[in-house]
Amino acid sequence: MQTFDNASSGAIVLSMAERIVENRAYLSEIDGKIGDGDHGVNMAKGFGMAAERLKGKDAPLAESLDTLGTVLMTEIGGSMGPLYGVMFTEFAETIEGVEAIDAATYSKMLHAGLAGIQSIGSAKVGDKTLIDTLVPAIKAFDKAAAEGKSFSDALEALVAAAEAGRDSTINLVAKIGRASRLGERSLGVLDAGATSCAIILKELSDGARARLT
Amino acid sequence: MQRFINDPNLVVEDTVKGFVKAHSDIVRLAENPRVIVAKDAPFAGKVGVVTGGGSGHEPAFIGYTGKNMLDAVAVGELFSSPTAKSFYDAIREANGGKGVVVLYGNYAGDNMNVKMAMKLAAKEGIEVVTVVANDDVCSAPPEEREKRRGVAGEIFMWKMGGAKAATGASLEEVRATAQKAIDNCRSIGVGLGPCTLPAVGHPNFQIEPGTMEVGIGHHGEPGVRVEKLKTADEVAKDMVKIVLDDHNLPEGAEVAVLVSGLGATPLNELYILNDTIESEISARGLKIVKTWIGNYFTSLEMVGATLTVMALDEDLKPLLDVETRCTIIL
Repeated sequence: MQTFDNASSGAIVLSMAERIVENRAYLSEIDGKIGDGDHGVNMAKGFGMAAERLKGKDAPLAESLDTLGTVLMTEIGGSMGPLYGVMFTEFAETIEGVEAIDAATYSKMLHAGLAGIQSIGSAKVGDKTLIDTLVPAIKAFDKAAAEGKSFSDALEALVAAAEAGRDSTINLVAKIGRASRLGERSLGVLDAGATSCAIILKELSDGARARLT
Repeated sequence: MQRFINDPNLVVEDTVKGFVKAHSDIVRLAENPRVIVAKDAPFAGKVGVVTGGGSGHEPAFIGYTGKNMLDAVAVGELFSSPTAKSFYDAIREANGGKGVVVLYGNYAGDNMNVKMAMKLAAKEGIEVVTVVANDDVCSAPPEEREKRRGVAGEIFMWKMGGAKAATGASLEEVRATAQKAIDNCRSIGVGLGPCTLPAVGHPNFQIEPGTMEVGIGHHGEPGVRVEKLKTADEVAKDMVKIVLDDHNLPEGAEVAVLVSGLGATPLNELYILNDTIESEISARGLKIVKTWIGNYFTSLEMVGATLTVMALDEDLKPLLDVETRCTIIL
């Protein structure tokens, strides 16, 4: 059975932060089309701050995710601060104390993150939010695992579904958050939260896949 | 556009620093630098009154901190909700042992962060209740009033809630009064020009020259229609009509009126608007008890104005006269 090591995988969070910081302008640009254009700025600020605190510490994945979640929740605000903050702290709590993370634990972690988000937000699939990336990604992972595919293949399925979910938001009308005030005018544009969520899930899952033994 | 800023990423920090220096007779900074507190708060035996919201709306939200108004205010990034921690710290700073009411606007981020702050406060044994402002008429139809955004009517909600708390009322009484104040408010915004977040560097929406956006939101959320720019008389008539058609007040009702600029509209134009606003409201058989005009709730350098009308009753009317001491004259 494939697993990856919690203690030596904290660097995944650092590379996740790198990707988000790299995409600062891009995320703000797509947010600016239907939101107020600060998604990239706020995400880069939060992830950058977390990376600063983690650099050189060689912390385990659980601790790194907890640091990231706490920074987002206490320093960022907006909608994304609490939503991603709660997701990452739930991720962290689930894998805390687990030495070798297997597919079942990974699934449990994803579900805990989703449950955390749903405990504070009310978005459903189809509302043009990060949920449109997260929910199909988890479903694809669970489906692959249930079909007996390897952890590695299930992670690949997760990333593909996350990106398809992200792209699905182009054809959606925003139902929640600031963009919802635009109604039909929000069609034809990617949702910024769905886009950053796809970056996060890809980095996390690719990082896990590269470390499988 | 040319602006007075240092680092576009430190606009809020620098704003708060200058604000606290100017008004140290009225406010103080909490240990959390994103929380402004009335100078002598918390007041033992008084219900704490808290708000919070994104920056860029100055004098809202921080300018309404002070005696008989807000006890503590959580400060967010420009146009972005304060953190749950800042709301929680504001609640703690305001808590005089009689519970705390959080009076805030209906936005996704604020709703989430206040909810999380309440969980933290509950752990500390602080009783917290909320009132969510939804006075912006054009942001959702009347049958979906709970979806409407909170705009300048929040000032009336704070004023009524703060004044009620000053009378020594219970947490439930303060909540009920603030709720009634916002239920009795209707607002409309008209935008003539957009605004820019300094860190983004370009306007995040456009209003074509020669046009105006009727029903625009406090962050440039699109209005109900874009049309040719009309005279102030016509705009004022339209604003009064939209507000009062939604309000449906009986003839003879007493009201308070707030006309606020959105940031870059000169005060004289607000008076030009008010000339017609006053006549139109009076022509409908309503009695204006008090009018406030100025830059009370802005949106960075947006060009435009908002109108808010609050219906008064025997509970609310005397609260208008309760003396306040904050940076804004109320």
